[in-house]
Amino acid sequence: MSANPTPIAAPGGNGPLRTPTNYRTRAMRLNSARRYGMNHLVTGLAVLSTVLVIVPLVAILGYLIFKGASSLNLAFFTHIPAPVGETGGGMANAMLGSGIILALASSMGIPVGIAAGVYLAEYGRGKMLAMAVRFTADVLNGIPSIVMGLAAYSLIVMRQMHFSAFSGGVALAIMMVPTITRTTEEMLMTVPHAIREAALGLGVPKWRTVVSVSLRTASPGIITGCMLAFARVAGETAPLLFTAFGNQFWSFKLNEPIAALPLQIYVYAISPYDEWHRLAWAGALVLILMIMVSVSLVRIYAARGILKGAS
Amino acid sequence: MSIEREPEPSSPPTAPSTQMAAMPLHAPAIVNFVAAAEPVAQNGPPSPIRQFLSKRGNGALADSTFAAVMLVCALSIFAIVLFILTILIARSRLSLAQFGFGFFTRSAWDPVSGDFGALPFIFGTLATSLMALAMAVPLALGVAVFLSELCPARLRAPISFLTELLAAIPSVVYGLWAFFVLVPIMRDQLGPWLYKVLGWTGFFEGYNFGVGLLTASIILAIMILPIISSITRDIMQAVPVSQREAVLALGATRWEMIRTGVLRNARIGIVGAVILGLGRALGETMAVTMVIGNHPDISKSLFAPANTLASVIAGEFSEATSDMYISALIEIGLALFLVTIVVNAIARALVWAVTRGAPARSI
Repeated sequence: MSANPTPIAAPGGNGPLRTPTNYRTRAMRLNSARRYGMNHLVTGLAVLSTVLVIVPLVAILGYLIFKGASSLNLAFFTHIPAPVGETGGGMANAMLGSGIILALASSMGIPVGIAAGVYLAEYGRGKMLAMAVRFTADVLNGIPSIVMGLAAYSLIVMRQMHFSAFSGGVALAIMMVPTITRTTEEMLMTVPHAIREAALGLGVPKWRTVVSVSLRTASPGIITGCMLAFARVAGETAPLLFTAFGNQFWSFKLNEPIAALPLQIYVYAISPYDEWHRLAWAGALVLILMIMVSVSLVRIYAARGILKGAS
Repeated sequence: MSIEREPEPSSPPTAPSTQMAAMPLHAPAIVNFVAAAEPVAQNGPPSPIRQFLSKRGNGALADSTFAAVMLVCALSIFAIVLFILTILIARSRLSLAQFGFGFFTRSAWDPVSGDFGALPFIFGTLATSLMALAMAVPLALGVAVFLSELCPARLRAPISFLTELLAAIPSVVYGLWAFFVLVPIMRDQLGPWLYKVLGWTGFFEGYNFGVGLLTASIILAIMILPIISSITRDIMQAVPVSQREAVLALGATRWEMIRTGVLRNARIGIVGAVILGLGRALGETMAVTMVIGNHPDISKSLFAPANTLASVIAGEFSEATSDMYISALIEIGLALFLVTIVVNAIARALVWAVTRGAPARSI
């Protein structure tokens, strides 16, 4: 590839041998320079765009963590919001409310999601119906969360004529199902066929094979998948705007408006009070930490290949 | 099926172990069963092992019940989509009847007199999403090329972890950051600079509040970047290594390998990833609501406050008082639902066309 190839002596001794490999015209050298220049240019552009993306994103993350850490204190976890104009106060009621809504959503969304995943991986392989379910789950995954909120509002709030924790739970449950279905399916696919066949060969019926062998083997992956779905809906605000609605005080009833962490962050962020802004940053940090933990757990399990020991 | 007719066969939690323990006792029976090949099994009575197993309640009934429950749960995904569609149509009947299809071509938005049209929001949604794509796609492609082809192995894991993390950060947190950091930068530094440099184009006219179309597009671009780049990376990695090796063996440079061996093979999937990003941008609600200025205007200036389909629902739904107002907002939701279904279906079909056989991803 060098510009001045060392001439090779020809057998007859009549000067250097001129073959296409060591003889290069000016046009060939130019072409080569252009191609290698282009290569370096594109490599540089790719590196540059990665830097351009990673640096601001890390800066955003760092700023959120810095801002949140300096606003977070014990009262945040133990107090309900202080009246306007007073300092202090926390988001204890919002965290409890988020907990209640998420527990509701999980109790509805996780069983259905896992069961649908079991169908796709254990019963539906190669069937058109399973393809259609998989496709619909992927499409449902991309539907904006605010539409889920509208659907829950139309179904429950409009009928009951008041906002409720339950309607918020339904909206979030709908959002959890497709994610959990796809992760469960993916995890079940990694369970080796041999151990299923071993169970079936012992005369264990299929349903018990699925429950005690396939699901149990894949359970670490499925659990982390559920955690990821949980963390993602935990940060959802849009579906709760007109279902759970928010509440400044403690609320334990399922058919009353209830506070939720992301909702409170939104309301406080657009409020004109500095003290509320501080609480919003602290709340954002709590949400981010929760998501960081679940994403890294998923990552660890995926990297370790949890299921390798099973084969 | 038989869910209500037949209770679950009464097997205590320890059933598998007792069953396993019982197996050796019947070992001769198994041998018989194996030895008595198909002709006998077809004519004679069921073999002892069959009888034993069916006595334990392990018959077809439990199996088919379980399979039916799983099937019902899988079908519930169809049911959810149909249910959302029907309930949104039912609740927006008022506005559907009043305005008809003209709802989407009229720019009136006057809650006081009950006159509604969705054109300003369609404009806002398209303008912010397309600008966000224009900003995000080149960068995302660069990141994907870097991660899949150029990145040293040691850097790959941390960077892809970071992109996954950033894709999972909630919209409201991005909105919080944009509201307190991006808006002041837009107002005091970037905005005036853009006006000075590109003011002659007419896209940067009017008073710059810091909130508006451009700010919303920037935060949208930041939010869809990790999604597009991580899906594109997956698609590029689904291209067989042999393709790359073949191109390299012909003497290609690395870029020529990427262009002809990878990008050309993955182009359909990359288009899918971009459309998937578009779908995300179309429906993104909270961050946009916080920085777009919430004003139903169609303006040429990128500094002008505007509203998107999603942000008008988020911003005005709790204040909507009249039935017609609520109905009009639900109709906007219906439009958003249908558009995102179409966009996502196209995108998924394209992505699947490339990564078929590769493991599924949840993002």
